[in-house]
Amino acid sequence: MHSERKLVTGAMLILAFATAALVVLPYLQLHKLQAPEGLKPYSEQELRGRAVYIASGCIYCHSQQPRDAALGPDASRGWGRASVPADYVYDRPHLLGTMRTGPDLFNIGVRQPSVDWHLGHLYQPRAYVPGSIMPAYPYMFLIKQAAAAGDKTVSVPPPYAPAEGVIVAGQDALDLTAYLLALDRSYPVYRDRIAPVQAAAETDQPAAAAPAP
Amino acid sequence: MDFTIALLGASFLLSLVALLVFIASLSKGLLRTSKRDAEVIFGDDEVGLAEDPAAGAGAGRLQASIESASGAMPHAAMSEELLLERREIDRSSVRVVWLALTLAMFWLVFGSFAGLTSALKMHWPDWLTQWAALGFGRLRPLHLNVINYGWASLAGVGIAFWMLPRLLRTPLRGEYFAIAGVLLWSFGVFCGAVALLAGYSAGLEWLEFPFPIPLLLVIAGGLMAVPLLKTLAARKVHHLYVSVWYMGAALFWFPVLYLVANVPGVHFGVQQAAMNWWFGHNVLGLWFTPLGLAAAYYFIPKVLGRPIYSYNLSLLGFWTLAFFYSQVGGHHLIGGPLPSWLITLSIVQSVMMAVPVITVAINQHMTVVGRFDALRHSPTLRFVVLGAMLYTLTSLQGSMEALRSINAVTHFTHYTVAHAHLGMYGFFTMIMFGAIYFVMPRVTEYEWPYPRLITAHFWLSSIGIGIYFVSLTIGGWLQGKAMLDAERPFMDSVLLTIPYLYGRSIGGTLMTLGHLIFAVHFSIVALRLGPKRVGAVQLAEREALANAQ
Repeated sequence: MHSERKLVTGAMLILAFATAALVVLPYLQLHKLQAPEGLKPYSEQELRGRAVYIASGCIYCHSQQPRDAALGPDASRGWGRASVPADYVYDRPHLLGTMRTGPDLFNIGVRQPSVDWHLGHLYQPRAYVPGSIMPAYPYMFLIKQAAAAGDKTVSVPPPYAPAEGVIVAGQDALDLTAYLLALDRSYPVYRDRIAPVQAAAETDQPAAAAPAP
Repeated sequence: MDFTIALLGASFLLSLVALLVFIASLSKGLLRTSKRDAEVIFGDDEVGLAEDPAAGAGAGRLQASIESASGAMPHAAMSEELLLERREIDRSSVRVVWLALTLAMFWLVFGSFAGLTSALKMHWPDWLTQWAALGFGRLRPLHLNVINYGWASLAGVGIAFWMLPRLLRTPLRGEYFAIAGVLLWSFGVFCGAVALLAGYSAGLEWLEFPFPIPLLLVIAGGLMAVPLLKTLAARKVHHLYVSVWYMGAALFWFPVLYLVANVPGVHFGVQQAAMNWWFGHNVLGLWFTPLGLAAAYYFIPKVLGRPIYSYNLSLLGFWTLAFFYSQVGGHHLIGGPLPSWLITLSIVQSVMMAVPVITVAINQHMTVVGRFDALRHSPTLRFVVLGAMLYTLTSLQGSMEALRSINAVTHFTHYTVAHAHLGMYGFFTMIMFGAIYFVMPRVTEYEWPYPRLITAHFWLSSIGIGIYFVSLTIGGWLQGKAMLDAERPFMDSVLLTIPYLYGRSIGGTLMTLGHLIFAVHFSIVALRLGPKRVGAVQLAEREALANAQ
């Protein structure tokens, strides 16, 4: 059984090494990271909206990680400064994303601060962005004859509005919008600070860059 | 900054030490391996005999073809003894292989429709939007998980359980553990699929199945390792063939990977992103790739009746694959907010992947060189050789894509999606198709009744993936270029991809059609319906024997 032992030991050692490099070391390096002063934890409604974001698979078309100007014109598109690890301390699970079929959303709350815009856009993206290929989410809304007290009505341009009745936002649409509006990372951060705050304070320069509206 | 440099230095030193240890431990083995080790997959005097139960009436032509290429081996013959031993060995795994492959076929068809619907929705964004369960954002992860854990994993495991007794020359032990593992695994995939449709996703790519469903797959993976160990303990061969190395390691790697990735409450923020892609690329590199290569290393030489070109290279390829592939995950996060040492490490190892890829390429292609005529007569070989070629292509493309200059264009675009499909479909799935065509007639002792359906499946699948890959590669590259151009509005990068998204749907439709044909043909064989043609299956060896004499 000599070969078998060599095989299993070697295979598991290699995996342990890779795990140390890509899982354990980043954990040790980052687990004491503190949130920047300008970053607030998500509210209960924003967390519900984040769950809707995950359940609807927004991550498959939208990233949340603006890159440095050296890699792409992310900042000049209004997506914000390059993100740093501290921006994500409240993110469980992480939603960095790997696709930009649609734009980066790391600072969508800065770029589009209007609740009405977001609700209408979720109901029918093409009413707001001609040529958009984002799916419509009509199931997050109700069509009622008349709005009741406390209903949040949504108005969309005529070709996309229902023939009769009013569009009322459902709870998921309201929560998701609250989450999107909370995506605002225009506060200043320390660009090089990945180790705990005490570690290298003397060389750090605040690198603030508020995203263009 | 000092911390980063120290980490980089430490990881460099560790890599070097690890590499030296493995080279040292290998050098013994490397010097000892002989031609005899490469021939362990053949019986006495069996070299020179073609074997492809899917060749049907073409079996004689296949044998003639390899003889005209390498000259007839005067002693090539299959003794009555060997024939009986083979039959006993092949029959030992029949139930678990039939079960695993049948379940895999179900998930293939199901997953194809989930994928095709997602593809169509990308250019018809108002189609089927009334139901949350049929949204793009649910069908796309459903497609990925069902295809990878349902189809690809179960097909890979089914083929592994069939090869294992043959490679160890002893009947499969612990069959009930294997059956329980396969059933539990498929049940886990079913639970995961239902959860995803209902909107319960863990939110991480490749790890969408919500806790505790992943535990089902981890336990199932553990159960499937039992028959591997029991059969290994009873082996009757002097040497473990390279396919056993790949399969054995993969069956140990997967449960660990999937368990670490799914530990609840530990991973957070950017660290979770690093873990996400450590898993995402390891499941390809340490699970699917070894299972696919194990099959290619068995079926290419077996069909051609010829040992692989360089056995030493194959072992070098195994260890370098394990070492380099396991650290490439960070290249999915180039430009992202991660410690730069991590990304650099992954880029270096991605480029180093050229080493194992080239060893596999030399080995598998040099074994086939001069015998391309055999592709016309052996359906198995046609699929497996195409898969092996696309493995080389997709791997070298992957190494290139990890370079910062290229990644800056291709990251976040459909280019990556094309690459992923070249790997999981062009390489892995093609090899599994070929392996299933070989294995099913042995499992059911019943021949594929309609050879034309095999031909139709081959062309639909290969033309389909061709259209898919070319469309998205061009579309993705242009999309990336448009996104990098600050002068162009973002919408340009969306609008210009639309014709290519249609192209992808056409390719996907052809692939799905191919799968439907395959599934019908598979069902006929699995249930032994249709015209009864069993002669050539049992007699292929004898026929070849007669030809050889």
